[in-house]
Amino acid sequence: MTDLDNPAQDGMPARFRPPHPLSALLFALFLGFFLWSLSSAGISIGELIEGLPNMARIGAEMVPPATDRLEPMLRSVLVTFQMAVVGTVIGLILSLPLAVLAARNHTPHPVVRAAVRGLISFVRTVPDLAWALFFVASVGLGPFAGTLTLIVDTVGFCGRFFAEAIEEVDRGPPEAMNAIGAGPLDVIVCATLPMALPSLINTGLFALEKAVRSSVVLGLVGAGGIGAELATSMEMFRYDQAATIVLMIFVLVMAVETLSSHLRAKLIGGRG
Amino acid sequence: MTTLHAPVRPGFEPAFGHRARLPPVRPQADPDTDAHRGASPESPAVRVEGLTKRFGRTSRPVWSDVSFSVPTGQRVAIIGGNGTGKSTLLRCCLRLIEPDAGDIHLHGQKLDGRCARTLRHLRSEVGFVFQKHNLVPRLSVLSNVLHGSMARTRGPRQWLQSLARSEDRDYAMYCLEQVRLGHLAERRADHLSGGQSQRVAVARALMQRPRAIFADEPVASLDPQAGEEVMETFADLARNHGLTLVFVSHHLEHALTYAERVLGLRDGRLDLDAPTGRETLGSLRSLYD
Repeated sequence: MTDLDNPAQDGMPARFRPPHPLSALLFALFLGFFLWSLSSAGISIGELIEGLPNMARIGAEMVPPATDRLEPMLRSVLVTFQMAVVGTVIGLILSLPLAVLAARNHTPHPVVRAAVRGLISFVRTVPDLAWALFFVASVGLGPFAGTLTLIVDTVGFCGRFFAEAIEEVDRGPPEAMNAIGAGPLDVIVCATLPMALPSLINTGLFALEKAVRSSVVLGLVGAGGIGAELATSMEMFRYDQAATIVLMIFVLVMAVETLSSHLRAKLIGGRG
Repeated sequence: MTTLHAPVRPGFEPAFGHRARLPPVRPQADPDTDAHRGASPESPAVRVEGLTKRFGRTSRPVWSDVSFSVPTGQRVAIIGGNGTGKSTLLRCCLRLIEPDAGDIHLHGQKLDGRCARTLRHLRSEVGFVFQKHNLVPRLSVLSNVLHGSMARTRGPRQWLQSLARSEDRDYAMYCLEQVRLGHLAERRADHLSGGQSQRVAVARALMQRPRAIFADEPVASLDPQAGEEVMETFADLARNHGLTLVFVSHHLEHALTYAERVLGLRDGRLDLDAPTGRETLGSLRSLYD
């Protein structure tokens, strides 16, 4: 019987436990690497303080934002959005079969899976700016190079997450379809994809948001869109125009995020 | 044994005409499929010889040298304690799980895992109802039932009810009405109760126009009343349409009520094979000692 007035002290867990020596060593190594990285990253409080007046001057020049080139800027924003939509949609279409081949539960052979996974990993590991430079050098300046970059970037992003979503679906309905005698394509289309759909929609919409943000940056290296306008404004010290462009980018990104949240809620509740 | 007839419902015009005879339960033979060669109407629905299954190369077999034969139209219950491999045995009978040794014949044709086409064809003749209904949750009830038609026809038209041929939609509705759920055809599968889901799974199996139904603990996740309803549905369908029924169950009462014969697994072997008329609850319980 337990004495509630005199609770037993034996067996009471310690409030704190010393970390495992290996954990402590790893933490110390990380801390040392971080401090070394601080110096390599060029962090300098002095330079930051010296730069503050410049920041204030540029900030002051940004107000009020310029309205003299609104029309070409709006056209560039539209091109940016169109690049993002086309790049994402084509990227999604290409990602889906690759993801099926890369998913453990549907791949025709482990070698195929390893090859496709390797391809997707390679595409994802190379930064989008590097792809943009490659495509600008290959097909020339302009939105086509940007769109190609976004397609490849979307394949790298969605290929991996689609494959994981496909692997995570409940095995029951595909097994039931196999028991019926359905073919592999029927099983994928009728059981696996409908169950993975919420995850696929989520990933697809994130890819669109990511593509909109990327397409802005891609313009800086000549891959078309509003980024090119931003680079020109900054090079000509027209900070008021740059402010207008930044505001336009902000509105575009917010609009796409709001729209994708709304679509996510709508589509995930739908019926097949 | 009765034949399947199209139902007469207000506002529902079967493609086959008023009270027209629907296609037979038994699927048409595919002359190109090797599996059909050598099959005869007298062949047992299921014949298993020397079946052995182990998980992992060095582990003890779940069961070994299991042999039995189920004549066409017979209702058979498979019973046994937890971990005796009842569900594994049923899945092995369709090669959903690959056995390590032994032969399986369905309706007189050897079920060989090497030819995907033959395997799919032989599987299509057996409706399999799982412990968990295994419906595709985001699709409508009618689309789920239509998937059963992939046993005979494949392609995009069988993927969704909105793409399906009229005669397939009609037959799917008829199958749903066989399990008294025609009124829920448009509902999403994940908006059904457990009992309703299981009955939709039965309708999907009927859509195959199967010669046999295998059911793996079909009432395990249902309340007693829903469980009785599902078992009644199975038994009625088997009796009325001459289907062979093989079901796994932990409910000994169900084995005695709905089966004509009981197979019992214990200690890695088939320990009991007897008509239910000879068995009592007490004698079946001894299998669990």
